[in-house]
Amino acid sequence: MSFINYSSREINCKIVYYGPGLCGKTTNLQHIYAKTNPDVKGKMISLETETERTLFFDFLPLALGEIRGFKTRFHLYTVPGQVFYDASRKLILKGVDGVVFVADSQIERMEANIESLDNLKINLLDQGYALDSIPYVVQYNKRDLPNAAPLDEMRRLLNPTQVPDYEASAATGEGVFETLKAVAKGVLTNLKNMGPAQTNPESAR
Amino acid sequence: MLQTQFMMREEDSRDLQAVLERLAVDARARGVFVVDKTGQLIGEAGEMMGVDSTSLASLAAGCVAATGGLALIFGEEEFPTHYHQGERDNLHITLLGERMILLVVFDERSSLGLVRLRVKKAGGELARIFEEARKKSEAQAASTASPFADITDDDIDNLFSD
Ligand SMILES: Nc1nc2c(ncn2[C@@H]2O[C@H](COP(=O)(O)OP(=O)(O)OP(=O)(O)O)[C@@H](O)[C@H]2O)c(=O)[nH]1
Ligand SMILES: [Mg+2]
Repeated sequence: MSFINYSSREINCKIVYYGPGLCGKTTNLQHIYAKTNPDVKGKMISLETETERTLFFDFLPLALGEIRGFKTRFHLYTVPGQVFYDASRKLILKGVDGVVFVADSQIERMEANIESLDNLKINLLDQGYALDSIPYVVQYNKRDLPNAAPLDEMRRLLNPTQVPDYEASAATGEGVFETLKAVAKGVLTNLKNMGPAQTNPESAR
Repeated sequence: MLQTQFMMREEDSRDLQAVLERLAVDARARGVFVVDKTGQLIGEAGEMMGVDSTSLASLAAGCVAATGGLALIFGEEEFPTHYHQGERDNLHITLLGERMILLVVFDERSSLGLVRLRVKKAGGELARIFEEARKKSEAQAASTASPFADITDDDIDNLFSD
């Protein structure tokens, strides 16, 4: 749920990176953090285990610039991908405005991708949202690896509704900003379309 | 629901600021923060200006979310108050209605008893302000177009232009 503050003229949106364990969600945020100007980003917070697996979430605030005199702030979160952290994943989805599903391209992770996507749908439904109704993009990560599955197979399995999707290699940063832009665009477009009164008084008559 | 956004109008923000500033003084707090449950900072007052309040907001929301999850396991609906005691600073956290969190940071100049008392009083006023804001958000959503209704694809592309 976006939050619009008229006195500070700010709009805040929450974007969640979802996907199976080790697919590269944290790596996406780390790359964004490393490549954005200091005046654009806040501190990145990682609540992780000693083995650098996400325990609760990563958090990266970005202030992208102004639209119509409103500062647009995006709060990026990752969920912990390991199956047994489901309770935490549910909590992080609260109030989400846009979702990136990060898939692991390695053939042997295809089951895990499918399971995680199902889990995303279930957890969103728990909160009363359908995946189809929120801004949503898919990233096929780890394209650099020799055991990456063919793209059309991944599309068929993981993106049947043909939302915007991107090939990426988060470890080198390829595709990371394309993915972020796409989801941010989806969220802002959604805001633009919000509210029933799309008709202006002239044309309504 | 996702589709109803929350808006704070200028007059609501002013009322909120006044209550927070009074609470900071009355509770002899170092800092007073209001954060929503999704981790956005809504307002702050006190002498801690300049603290990384964006991180603070996100972690406070995470903390409340995790504690709320624990509550459910025990069959409690929620733990409406939590208290973290530190060497120097202490943190008092209370839930305000369905979506807001009030954090009060205090040191030895104040006491848990005083903070509790003042939070209780301010909590009622804050709940009223947010209820007002919520009603206005709903009315606004029902009656007018989004303030972003006329943004273009170019506007959005420009955000990423560097
Ligand atoms: N080869 C390759 N390795 C990658 C890529 N992206 C991430 N990795 C590596 O995969 C491992 C896991 O990445 P993380 O970003 O920690 O994965 P995660 O999705 O956050 O995992 P959880 O926190 O457990 O859910 C790390 O060793 C990364 O360096 C990629 O595009 N290519
Ligand atoms: Mg991670």
